[in-house]
Amino acid sequence: MSVNYIPATFAVLRDTDRCIKCRACERQCSNEVHYYDADFDKMFVHEEQCVDCQRCVTICPTNALKITENPNSFRKASNYSQQLILENYRQAATGAVLLSSMGNPQDFPVYWDKMLINASQVTNPSIDPLREPMETKVFLGKKHTHITRNPDGTIDMSEQSPQLELKYPIMFSAMSYGSISYNAHESLARAATELGTFYNTGEGGLHQDFYQYKTNTIVQVASGRFGVSKDYLDAGAAIEIKMGQGAKPGIGGHLPGKKVSDDVSKTRMIPKGTDAISPAPHHDIYSIEDLRQLIFSLKEATDYKKPVIVKIAAVHNVAAIASGIARSGADILVIDGFRGGTGAAPTRIRDNVGIPIELALASVDQRLRDEQIRNEISIVAAGSIRSSSDAVKAFALGADALYIATPALLAIGCHLCRSCHGAKCNWGIATQRPDLVKRLNPDIAYKRLVNLVRAWDHEIKEMMGGMGINSLEALKGNRLMLRGIGLSDKELQILGIMHAGE
Amino acid sequence: MKRVYVNENRCLGCHLCEYWCAFANSGEDSIVKAFKLNREAMPRINVEDSGEIHFAVQCRHCNDTPCVKACITGALSVDNDGLVSIDTERCVGCYTCVLTCPYGCIVIDEKNGGKTVTKCELCVKNAGNEPWCVKQCINGAIVFEDRTNAERQAVL
Ligand code: SF4
Ligand code: SF4
Ligand code: SF4
Ligand code: SF4
Repeated sequence: MSVNYIPATFAVLRDTDRCIKCRACERQCSNEVHYYDADFDKMFVHEEQCVDCQRCVTICPTNALKITENPNSFRKASNYSQQLILENYRQAATGAVLLSSMGNPQDFPVYWDKMLINASQVTNPSIDPLREPMETKVFLGKKHTHITRNPDGTIDMSEQSPQLELKYPIMFSAMSYGSISYNAHESLARAATELGTFYNTGEGGLHQDFYQYKTNTIVQVASGRFGVSKDYLDAGAAIEIKMGQGAKPGIGGHLPGKKVSDDVSKTRMIPKGTDAISPAPHHDIYSIEDLRQLIFSLKEATDYKKPVIVKIAAVHNVAAIASGIARSGADILVIDGFRGGTGAAPTRIRDNVGIPIELALASVDQRLRDEQIRNEISIVAAGSIRSSSDAVKAFALGADALYIATPALLAIGCHLCRSCHGAKCNWGIATQRPDLVKRLNPDIAYKRLVNLVRAWDHEIKEMMGGMGINSLEALKGNRLMLRGIGLSDKELQILGIMHAGE
Repeated sequence: MKRVYVNENRCLGCHLCEYWCAFANSGEDSIVKAFKLNREAMPRINVEDSGEIHFAVQCRHCNDTPCVKACITGALSVDNDGLVSIDTERCVGCYTCVLTCPYGCIVIDEKNGGKTVTKCELCVKNAGNEPWCVKQCINGAIVFEDRTNAERQAVL
């Protein structure tokens, strides 16, 4: 063996005055960091294996543990961060593409944090959501341009395209069974059902056990077509065609073989233990016309009863692409920003490809309005909606509803250690190891998801009330409610908002 | 009566309930003290592990209470609700109950050199006043519930 250039990323600090040597940390760390030495009667660590998932810290009965960054540092340089140096070491040792998970952590501007929300003063009263009715329900799907009435005066709904009814304007984004565990899927499915919103199967098919949640399920069809069958399409309230994902625009999904367990292989209809790599493009889609064909094939297969969603990554020219999709027959468009999460993506792609959701959303909404086809398609924004205030800003920029994934995983224990691709998630989320999956108790987890969405909804209503708005419909695309702070003229122009003080 | 039940599909085998049980019955005011000052702090719950299967076992507070029937001094008794408790003043350390308990839930008290036995009394006598194993389980694997006899039979 030669010298290993890579020092431990984290330091594991144990207060031995507190530690009672219960060894719970040792039993619960899937990275085998902690161990007990009987000769010293003491706990020790292999800290180079620690990923800072905080599992041991959270369960230690005496609060004896702390994980911090390893204070050891390489000589500082602005052009070569320690991270970059280490990545080159890693590649020199393995010859492999660097893999990462979760959203792009690089220091790019977060436009949500550069926009401020309005509130009423004096001339138009604010509304108290606890005392007055407030509506955050939304319907996704094509909307009529004109109202026609039946002879008896009622509105003619016969030509109405299929709609998705969301009791809360927030859905759980696509996370495949395979990338996340059975218990994580169960938690999402049960939470969506209780909330009256939707979760999304992702590209990995649908486990038989979850067909019972079909009224709150969106089934995804991606380039790999894993697990797609007539029954699968029928099991969704809507069908989503995944053209791209914000975390890795331009490439397909990658599920490491370690995660392809018996059940996952059955659900995906692929051999056990093999990497599931979906092709970069759909091999039958090379134009908007081809996309239209797939949309109508799916509609035909499901009797035109379900809305068809097209999901794209936010990239350059996203507005023109969206305009094409709005004309392709799709009912709903999902735009996934470059900070969106993933269970595994090549690091360089995750960190450098795509554009922020804020800019993409604003330009798509504007373009579709300019072309007078905004009613043809609903817009769902995804890719790093981190809080209810991000949500309010997204609605004001033109989103009809939102997809969240990272906050949903946080709700059920994720500590954003970004090691999903290692398949050893200590929280039982991004793993298929039965002993780890067990750690996520769906009875507890689904309630936490329900709480999270309800809490956001309360806050959204409070902010809407503050603006004097009592229905989400009146907030959507209402950019006058936003002001930019510290943004250039160009950025303000793309976002379609004025600067604070104007 | 409410009793403690474990769901082996949820139990992770972390053994933390054992440590919290020992603390609850130690008379100390912190878990660190319970183990650092009182080295024999002893649990009345025991987590059984076999491969991927783990479950915590403590006194079932059975309907037919074989331990109470076997006890030669009347140290073990069952109250009207069904709570089986031990009067250590009367226990002579003959271990007949240890041999009789079908679940292995009577614990020999190492603190006094095995002169008496001890057992789970659902934390009614200690400072906890609610089952600490239930309160501290990190995965909701142990619950404190009132179940009918039929429900209890189903899990036994
Ligand atoms: S979990 Fe805490 S008390 Fe137990 S051995 Fe680890 S550090 Fe010590
Ligand atoms: S990997 Fe997680 S559980 Fe293991 S030592 Fe690090 S923080 Fe603790
Ligand atoms: S604390 Fe809960 S999960 Fe851990 S061993 Fe005890 S019963 Fe099992
Ligand atoms: S109820 Fe109390 S005494 Fe009984 S096992 Fe649980 S913690 Fe121990």
